[in-house]
Amino acid sequence: MGMRRVVITGTGMVSPLGCGTEVSWSRLVAGGNAARKVTEFEVEDLPAKIACRIPFGDGSDGTFNADDWMEPKEQRKIDPFIVYAMAAADMALADAGWKPESNEDQIATGVLIGSGIGGLEGIVEGGYTLRDKGPRRLSPFFIPGRLINLASGQVSIRHKLRGPNHSVVTACSTGAHAIGDASRLIALGDADVMVAGGTESPICRISLAGFAACKALSTQHNDNPEKASRPYDADRDGFVMGEGAGIVILEELEHAKARGAKIYAEVVGYGLSGDAFHITAPSEDGDGAYRCIQMALKRAGLTAADVDYINAHGTSTMADTIELGAVERLVGGSASKISMSSTKSAIGHLLGAAGAVEAIFSALAIRDNIAPPTLNLDNPSVETKIDLVPHVARKREINVALSNSFGFGGTNASLVLRRYQGH
Amino acid sequence: MSDIAERVKKIVIDHLGVDAEKVSEGASFIDDLGADSLDTVELVMAFEEEFGVEIPDDAADSILTVGDAVKFIEKAQA
Repeated sequence: MGMRRVVITGTGMVSPLGCGTEVSWSRLVAGGNAARKVTEFEVEDLPAKIACRIPFGDGSDGTFNADDWMEPKEQRKIDPFIVYAMAAADMALADAGWKPESNEDQIATGVLIGSGIGGLEGIVEGGYTLRDKGPRRLSPFFIPGRLINLASGQVSIRHKLRGPNHSVVTACSTGAHAIGDASRLIALGDADVMVAGGTESPICRISLAGFAACKALSTQHNDNPEKASRPYDADRDGFVMGEGAGIVILEELEHAKARGAKIYAEVVGYGLSGDAFHITAPSEDGDGAYRCIQMALKRAGLTAADVDYINAHGTSTMADTIELGAVERLVGGSASKISMSSTKSAIGHLLGAAGAVEAIFSALAIRDNIAPPTLNLDNPSVETKIDLVPHVARKREINVALSNSFGFGGTNASLVLRRYQGH
Repeated sequence: MSDIAERVKKIVIDHLGVDAEKVSEGASFIDDLGADSLDTVELVMAFEEEFGVEIPDDAADSILTVGDAVKFIEKAQA
């Protein structure tokens, strides 16, 4: 059996710029910046005191109200990363107009949602309970409320999706791997529709302390949070932590056409590679990133010259220029026709959700022919012919978009999306 | 209603997210109030914490209704 074609027919998102795909995208394109000082818990003793939090509120004006998506009594049993995934999955399924009710449709629809670190805060709290109050006080919901694959589990239970039920844990590549792997399941005929993406709720003391301990976070811009995430800029000093979820509905092309579904873009390429170099740093020569992108383009039947827009991994760390170097070697003489931006400059690094949210932004870049901006790029640390889209979004033709994600452990994933032109 | 019954009722309302009028003496956690087996484990834990009593597993298995819980706690505290 040959590989079937896969398209994106729905999107859902809870991002630091808002609750919903369109509100997040319009604010992103307008130059919105979600970074701010953390006030919900003590940060004075932490090296990194800032984050890109979801705008919590009553649900109006793009705010996120968890009660709109899950009953309070259910929320108590689970960590927020599952709530974000439930909200984004509800939005994505509604956007796609896919509500499987027959036995056949339910078993043809699967779920593949990942998370980088899952319910870290809940695990910490559970540890305190065990230590201070003993094992009899540990809730029966401690384990099922923290497990990473319970995002997939909860979404499948709510919507009665009885196809493949899977999850991914590959640090900051999670969201991209989830979409890539789910696309493969459809391409190979194991499912017709997949609810896929990533989710993360990492903004808590132990996580900010832990990521700062391994020198990953920005610590020099605490007094000016909106300036902290500055990919490719000479003054960058680490990433700003974000939170949220991105979910797409992936669908076999003929299945989507048969029901007249709206199509955002086609998933034409997926690449994976390992650095085999270091637990937190990418290989200095960018070999892992290079081979990952190369594999994705080969699968797509495209060359680097066909790429219009790249949503970079670009975390605002030293690794930015390693990715940039790998892209430059791949694209060679066509560098000047490519726009490449890091949307982490606006929303921070959503870790396991990053690849999924950024894949959605890449699909919307194709839909609207707009490259979203790289904020704070005042003084690029290296020269390049590639347009890094500094400060403001760029209106330009975008038919092919590449989205890169690279994670701790040297795990790399790239997705190639192409405008669907009706044949 | 006794003080114990009121406090049991409040715990059940909070944990199961049900309307107060549904939480009658004879209401079954699972059949009438929508709890599953994990919810009932958590309810028993909440009763232990609130009333400072220990409810052994075999006793917990026989606490199926709001009234069962009230009776057990009244006896344990007597």
